[in-house]
This record gives sequence, structure tokens and C-alpha cells, in this order.
Amino acid sequence: MPNGTAISKGTIRVLQLYPREMNIYGDWGNVLVLKQRLTWHGYTPEILEHNAGDPFPDDIDLIIGGGGQDSGQLVIQEDLQALAPTLRALAEDGFPMLLICGLYQLFGNFFRTHDGGVIPGIGVLDLETRGGEKRLIGNVVATSTEFGDIHGYENHSGQTFLGPGLAPLATVTKGEGNNAGDQHEGARYRNIVASYLHGSLLPKNPAIADFLIRTAVERKYGSFEPGVIDDSLAEAARRHAGARPR
Amino acid sequence: MNPLSVLVGKAVRRASKLRGGGSALPGLVVERLDPGFMGRALTGLKHGVVVVSGTNGKTTTTKMVVELLEGQGLKVFTNRTGSNFTRGVAAALLGEVDWRGRLDADIAVLELDEAHAVHFVRLVPPRYSLLLNVLRDQLDRFGEIDATTRLLETIAAATTGAVILNREDPRVAGIAASIPTADVVYFGLDASLRSTFPNDDELRGAAGIAPASALRADVVLDQVDGNSAVFLLSGSTADPTADAAAGAAFESVHVDLRLRGVYNIFNAAAALATARAVLGAAVAKDALIASLAAVEPAFGRGESLVVDGRALELVLVKNPSGFRLGLKSFDPSGCATMIAINDNYADGRDMSWLWDVDFDSLGLDGVDVVSGVRAYDMALRLKYDDVPVRAVEPDLPAALKEFISGNADLPKRIFCTYTAMLAVRRDLSKITKVEVVS
Repeated sequence: MPNGTAISKGTIRVLQLYPREMNIYGDWGNVLVLKQRLTWHGYTPEILEHNAGDPFPDDIDLIIGGGGQDSGQLVIQEDLQALAPTLRALAEDGFPMLLICGLYQLFGNFFRTHDGGVIPGIGVLDLETRGGEKRLIGNVVATSTEFGDIHGYENHSGQTFLGPGLAPLATVTKGEGNNAGDQHEGARYRNIVASYLHGSLLPKNPAIADFLIRTAVERKYGSFEPGVIDDSLAEAARRHAGARPR
Repeated sequence: MNPLSVLVGKAVRRASKLRGGGSALPGLVVERLDPGFMGRALTGLKHGVVVVSGTNGKTTTTKMVVELLEGQGLKVFTNRTGSNFTRGVAAALLGEVDWRGRLDADIAVLELDEAHAVHFVRLVPPRYSLLLNVLRDQLDRFGEIDATTRLLETIAAATTGAVILNREDPRVAGIAASIPTADVVYFGLDASLRSTFPNDDELRGAAGIAPASALRADVVLDQVDGNSAVFLLSGSTADPTADAAAGAAFESVHVDLRLRGVYNIFNAAAALATARAVLGAAVAKDALIASLAAVEPAFGRGESLVVDGRALELVLVKNPSGFRLGLKSFDPSGCATMIAINDNYADGRDMSWLWDVDFDSLGLDGVDVVSGVRAYDMALRLKYDDVPVRAVEPDLPAALKEFISGNADLPKRIFCTYTAMLAVRRDLSKITKVEVVS
């Protein structure tokens, strides 16, 4: 490993939100990609976990949150509401965050369930989610000017609609994305990337991983000096994924 | 009775076998022509029907239960192709029934996919059901694992005699609360083995293993050492307890198995508990243990073939816990390794599951060839665990050729998803002896 002897350019602390409840569909993959790419770029990653009831650490550089089962979302509800002011302030300050599926929904205004109940969100993102009749499941390709084509896999029953001021992460060219109506996939706000896509998202979309890393490093150290990473396997995996049926 | 549908179904079965085609088509035909066929054929068996379901281990566990019961002198009907949809059961029945649609058997032991089992138990209420585990798998089909649990609850609720449950999986053990009338029997693990078999909540992020279950188990896997295992069978006179200190209530039995893999050995406890539930006091224990020792792996599940004088093992991997246990069960050192990952419907289309598996154990020796439709997803996964990969070749026949010729002097192991396993077996049958399963 070239990094074994190199001097670290600095330490980046990545906080994973609720890994116990919100870690289904390979969310660990996103954490692993951040950890390894930080190392390959010459930085020292530290992975921290926040579970319901834990004190929230204040010396962190990047937040990552995943999807969970409906039952898991109920378990974290109270803790997440208590963190809402902190997370809102971080978001407005330009803190880098990756939010996938379940936590993407809960960072919105509310989730109106299939039977009419309302689960409050924390209002970091101006969006709302409605429980749908049918699950949206399958391979997705979405395109964005910022990150190019984004490849992933969606599996959600909630349908998300963005408020008028909130931009989507990408425009779907295969699959459904946020909902069965418009072509939006995910949301993009300040330095937050939010998405329904599993796959996991970051391995096959290193541009998003490096955006999060760059933002975290620049906030902490002023400038980011990237290392050289061979992404040819990711490129090949993207080509093959793009050719698969929905 | 509808002899015509049976004859048509048998004819389709013969035709599709000649074609070398799928095992389920004739079942589909007879289901359409005569929806009552399966129920009639399976009603009236002396010991009824056993349904085996859950995420992992269905095929091998079903095979074990069948052979344990055959060893007790029962005539057993089963669907041994691993075609575990209802139409697969119907197809297997077509091969066994007489022209009037009657089945000559004492008991049927059927492996059923969780969703199809729900459909099946509406047609044929089982006398016994064995529910193994609920783990993240094929979430593109089932949505959530809690939804899968509800499918198993439906199977348990339809069961008339006894439900056999895994005490160590909280989702499975919790099903007991929803069982109206049937008896509940548990199988379990000694506390020292529980970290070897994490349940889904313990896959990642769980801060440690939950406290030992207080439920009483009929059969406990007490120790594992390679292919040897010690099981504790609850005594016939005293009530079994989960407490090891109450050892007097248990009889300790040592078995040397032909099955490989710790996951198969835990499922042996499930099979023992099921056979004991079926036979009750009539069970002949020595014959039971002898039958267990003789069980060979099911096809593609730790199956060992010989290629150019060297062993080649096929290890089916379908989901994170299965892949983890597969990696844990087979030592990679001194062995060439290939991984073949497809994403067809039967494999699951979502590749996220590869990211819930740790591949660190392969880091030292590396992986010789990565193949399958999603070869590059797998190679990318290995890169992030710093596992060296010598070749990536999505085309399976080409990859297999490279793997075999490049490692002529070594024993070999292929971890493969379901459709990749079928393709590998088909290809290997051209160069070595591969048992035909139909």
C-alpha cells in the first residue's frame, strides 16, 4: 500500500447515522468507499457511529445516513427529532452529507403513510414523501451535469416530491427515481447529496464520493490535494450495470 | 380425479426432459389444467406434509430431513431439484404419481420459497413446518425482511401439527406468538457458537450479541470442529431446557458429517428436531444419527466434483449471511478461488448485497478469476477490501477454462450465485462427471 509509509495529509472523521437500524441494502458499502478513498487520497479516515441515545459528537467532518425498514425508522424517530436543530445548522453551514433512501425521506418535511398517518421529518430538505401503492424497484440510470451518469438500484414504496426551490440530484433516464410521476431522482442542496439509489451508490459513482471528500477536506484544511486513484473497475462496472434490464 | 391432466402433465414432463429444459414447466401446465391436482395428491399421506422454508439452507436441510426419515423406514416424497416454487412441487409430483394422480408415500417433505409457501399452504395445510431463518435476501422481491417474516407467520399459522423454529433468530422465534394451535419446537445453538451465526440485526452495527434465549430447545448444536459436531438431544423423560447447566436433561451425541460448512451443521440440528417431531417416541436414535452422518451435500451447495484429478467445490452464495458463512466455512489457503456473480431474477438484481459481505479472509491468497454478468461489480467490491484479483472475465465458459487451466495443480473452489452455479455445472458436465438432478 503506497499510503503505508506516506505522511497523512490529515484526518477526516466520518459519522454514520444509525448504522444499527438504517443499514439495509449495503449502506456499509458507502461508508467503506469513503474510508478507502480517503486513504487512497492520502488522508486518514476515522469512522464513527451514532445510534439512538448516543451523545452527538461535535468534531466530525462528514455525515452519511442510509436506508432502513419501516420498523427501524420508528426506533430512531425520537433521537432524530432531537438532533434536528443541529443537523439543520450543519446543513445550512455547508456540511457534506450523503443521505440514502430512508434517511433521505426523514430529512424532508414529512412522510405521509399509506394509511394516512404522518411521520414528521426534520425539514432539512424541502420535500415530502407519500406512501405509494406499489414499490418502485429496479435498476436506475440518472444523469446530472455535476456528476455525469449515476448508476444505482432503487427499492422504495415512498414517493418523494421536491419543493419548488429544491433541485433534484439527477434526471432519470431508466427507472423511476423519486416518484412515478416526474423524472427527478434524489435531491441536491448546499453540500448535501440525497438519493434513493442503493447499489451501493458510491462504489459505482466515485465522482459523488470524491465530491463529499473534497468538501469535507476543504472545510477542514482549506484545500484538497487528491491522490491518483485507478477507477477503471468502477468504469467497467458502470458500463455493465447500464446495460442491464430495469 | 382428473386422469387427463395427470397424463398431459406427465407427457409435458417427458418432453421437457428430452429437451433438457426447465424442471418447472410441466408443473405450470398441470397447475393451469387442474388446480386441484396438488392438493389431492398430497392429502391423505400417513404423516402429512412437511414444509421447509426460510432464507438460507432450505435445499440442504430438506435433503437432510428426507434422508433422516427414509432412514426410519418412511417412504418420502420431495422436490429435490431445488425448484422451490409451487409449480416445482407440482412438476416433481407428476414424476411420482400414478395415472390417477395418487402418490405412494408416507410423508412429503417440501422445500418452498417463502412467497410460494404462502400460496402452497392455502392449497395444502402442512402438518409440520420448519422455519430456518429470516435474513436479508432478494429484497428486490420481498421489499423488506419484516415482510418476509410475515410470510413465514402465514406458513406457521396454517400448520396443523408442529412448527419447528430457530430459537437464535429473533424474527423466527417471534413467530411462536402468532401460532394458534400447533405445537412449537425449537432448535438452537450453544452460546459459544452464537457469534458464528449472526442474525440479520447482528450483521453490522449491532453492539454485540443479544442475551441467550431462554426458550427450551429440542436439539442444540453444542460444538463444531471441522466436520464433526456434538448435538444435545432433549431427553425423553425430562423436559429440555436451554440452560447448559441442566445437562442431565440432554443426551449428547457426536456425529462426523460428510456435509461441509458450519451453516449446514447448524441446519442439521433443525433437521434432527423436525424428524423427532414427525416420529415422536417412535424415533430410532442410532439410525437417525447414522442417517445424518451419511448425508451428502446437495448439488451446488458445497458439492465436490473432480476436474483433471483435482477437487473442485461449488459453494452457492445468494445473500450476505450465506456468503459470509461460506467464506468462514472453507479455508482459502492452498486453494484456487473463483467467484461468479449473476444478476438474473433468481439471483436478485440488486448488487447491494455484495457490500454487506466482508472479503478480508480472501485478502492473503486473492481471487484467481471473477466472472458472471456482474463480474465487474464483484471485482470492484474486492478492490475496496484490498483483495487482489488476477483476472476478470464476465463470460462464464471462458472464465472457467482460464480458472481450470491456470490452476492445474491446485484444488479449486467456486463461489457462485444460483444461475451462475447452474451454468458452471452445465459447463463442467462436458469435462467431468456431474450428477444430473431432476
